[in-house]
Amino acid sequence: MLVVTSMVTFGIFFVLPKLAGQTTDQIAATYAGKAATEEVIADIKERLGLDDPVVVQYARFAKGIVAGQNYDNGPSEIHCPPPCLGYSFRTSQPVLPTLLDRAPVTLSLALGASILWVVFGVSIGILSALRRGSLFDRAAMITALAGVSLPIYFTGLLSLTIFAYGLKLWPKGVKYIPLTESPGEWFYNLILPWVTLAFLTAALYARLTRAGMLDTLGEDYIRTARAKGLPERTVIGKHALRSSLTPILTIFGLDLGVLLGGAVLTESTFGLPGLGALSIQSIFSGDLPMVIGVVLVATGFVVFLNFLVDVLYAVVDPRVRLS
Amino acid sequence: MSEAEPAVPEPSSPPEEGRRPFLEVADLRIHFPTDDGLVKSVDGLSFAVERGRTLGIVGESGSGKSVTSLGILGLHNRKNARVSGEIWLNGKELVSADPDDVRRLRGRDMAMIFQDPLSSMHPFFTVGAQIVEAYRIHNDVSKKVARKHAIDMLGRVGIPTPDKRVDDYPHQFSGGMRQRAMIAMALSCDPELLIADEPTTALDVTVQAQILDLLRDLQREFNSAIIMITHDLGVVAELADDVLVMYGGRCVEYGGVDDMFHRPLHPYTWGLLGSMPRLDRARSERLMPVKGAPPSLINLPSGCAFHPRCAYAELTCGLSETEVPELRVELEPTHRAACHLDAAERRRVWDAEIRPKL
Repeated sequence: MLVVTSMVTFGIFFVLPKLAGQTTDQIAATYAGKAATEEVIADIKERLGLDDPVVVQYARFAKGIVAGQNYDNGPSEIHCPPPCLGYSFRTSQPVLPTLLDRAPVTLSLALGASILWVVFGVSIGILSALRRGSLFDRAAMITALAGVSLPIYFTGLLSLTIFAYGLKLWPKGVKYIPLTESPGEWFYNLILPWVTLAFLTAALYARLTRAGMLDTLGEDYIRTARAKGLPERTVIGKHALRSSLTPILTIFGLDLGVLLGGAVLTESTFGLPGLGALSIQSIFSGDLPMVIGVVLVATGFVVFLNFLVDVLYAVVDPRVRLS
Repeated sequence: MSEAEPAVPEPSSPPEEGRRPFLEVADLRIHFPTDDGLVKSVDGLSFAVERGRTLGIVGESGSGKSVTSLGILGLHNRKNARVSGEIWLNGKELVSADPDDVRRLRGRDMAMIFQDPLSSMHPFFTVGAQIVEAYRIHNDVSKKVARKHAIDMLGRVGIPTPDKRVDDYPHQFSGGMRQRAMIAMALSCDPELLIADEPTTALDVTVQAQILDLLRDLQREFNSAIIMITHDLGVVAELADDVLVMYGGRCVEYGGVDDMFHRPLHPYTWGLLGSMPRLDRARSERLMPVKGAPPSLINLPSGCAFHPRCAYAELTCGLSETEVPELRVELEPTHRAACHLDAAERRRVWDAEIRPKL
């Protein structure tokens, strides 16, 4: 787990500045401000070690995570306490507190939406599988197809137009209110983003659950369960569900991990100041330390949830356990 | 061997007056309408099994053996199957019964052992839990009692250290042990009818013999009726009292096990016997497989379904292509066969051409 994370850190550190297409001069110039002279820029480059080999810079960054780092920007020296993920000269903020500040937004969005999509996706999938070919199944699968195909910035804008402005449910648009400030407002404002985001993923989950369920229902051990004389609801609810939900678990872990690193499109569409919005903002303003920070956190979530899924998998499927 | 010979063993004790056999299947038909046509998996099948006796159902793949057994248990796909006929189990008719009543009988009065014990057990539950579950549906007991019963059952089917193995998962069992566990599960409620659908096909030969021995011992102990579905005539010879040969969803020959091996009446049965490898024959002798492939159940050959593969079909003067042969008693008292060919002629062919080569 740590290996992957550090590899990604390493990767972004080497590749990102090049991708951004900026020379160290330009980077230093952005930090120095518009009126900076050649000397000031050279001075900044010198102080921040921008011309050092990348390896050295990486070592400095890695050291900062563990031991903290001091940024000497000339007039004053800024101390970034460990774990230091860098300092953004754009916003004059250390990266980590900014991330922590934005994280609750993304967390609220991702957790709420994931609960919605799992509950609805899975239950619709099961019902569809049990009534294969019925009107319900067809309607659900057509809706699911729509859900999978429509991009979030389309459904998001559509739902804003219809529900927020058209029906005047959120006449001023949605905005993020911290849970600690007002749980009711927090909930009310997040309903639309939740539903929009969940719709997309629930559609996918419904299809997956349906396929998995149909597969499982054809298994020999389902026939055995029926041969024992188990009532149908036990056969479905206990024997079939258990097997068909394992693949869902894997995908859920991945999806949630990705989402926790920032729901870029949803956050941008609804104007929620989460990690996704932060990453977009940082990329556009060329705020490299912030971009690196966001990517690092996103990687951390994905890797951690993957690990969690592996652990859970062993709990669910005894065949995975080490003997 | 003539009909007059009195020493023909009775294949099945005929039912007493006014009493039905323990299991009686009468004119059972299980059809599946599909886009390609009507699949007649079972088409007019009748047989009976008494307690403590074993009926072997033999036939090629796709002859309707498994569908028959699933039909008796009510496990066929209810949505698309058309079932008619009668199934009497212990005085209760099952075809017309409420599916929920049939479910309550499943596992308690009739149980089934499946072919592949690995895929037939749920991979995520322990063997013990699966037996406990089977026991507790039909018996209102605590988990503790059920668990003790499960351990007891595992011990009875010959699993060593059952108190430890009860908490193992199916994948931790070997093939033979898994089938024993499967049998323990099927027998957990002392069913009076046990249907074994090719219980030894997926097992090693040495393990096969053990499993068959086990079944025989358990049958003696529980006095249950067993239907043994197999394509392995060795298993039938070993275990069955009566044999039913199925072809194309119908019964082509039905009789006692001795008759079936020593005086088979139907050319298809001859073919089955001819395809059985024997250790006591020289290796240079070729097997005599039944030529051709099993018929499609959607489009059965007209008349006798076996006629395209039958070496003696032309001897019936075309009758076999136009008329479905009836199942008639040919050898007293209950040895029946469905063949147009004259019985005397067939006996001549058997004695002169087939038997010497087997």
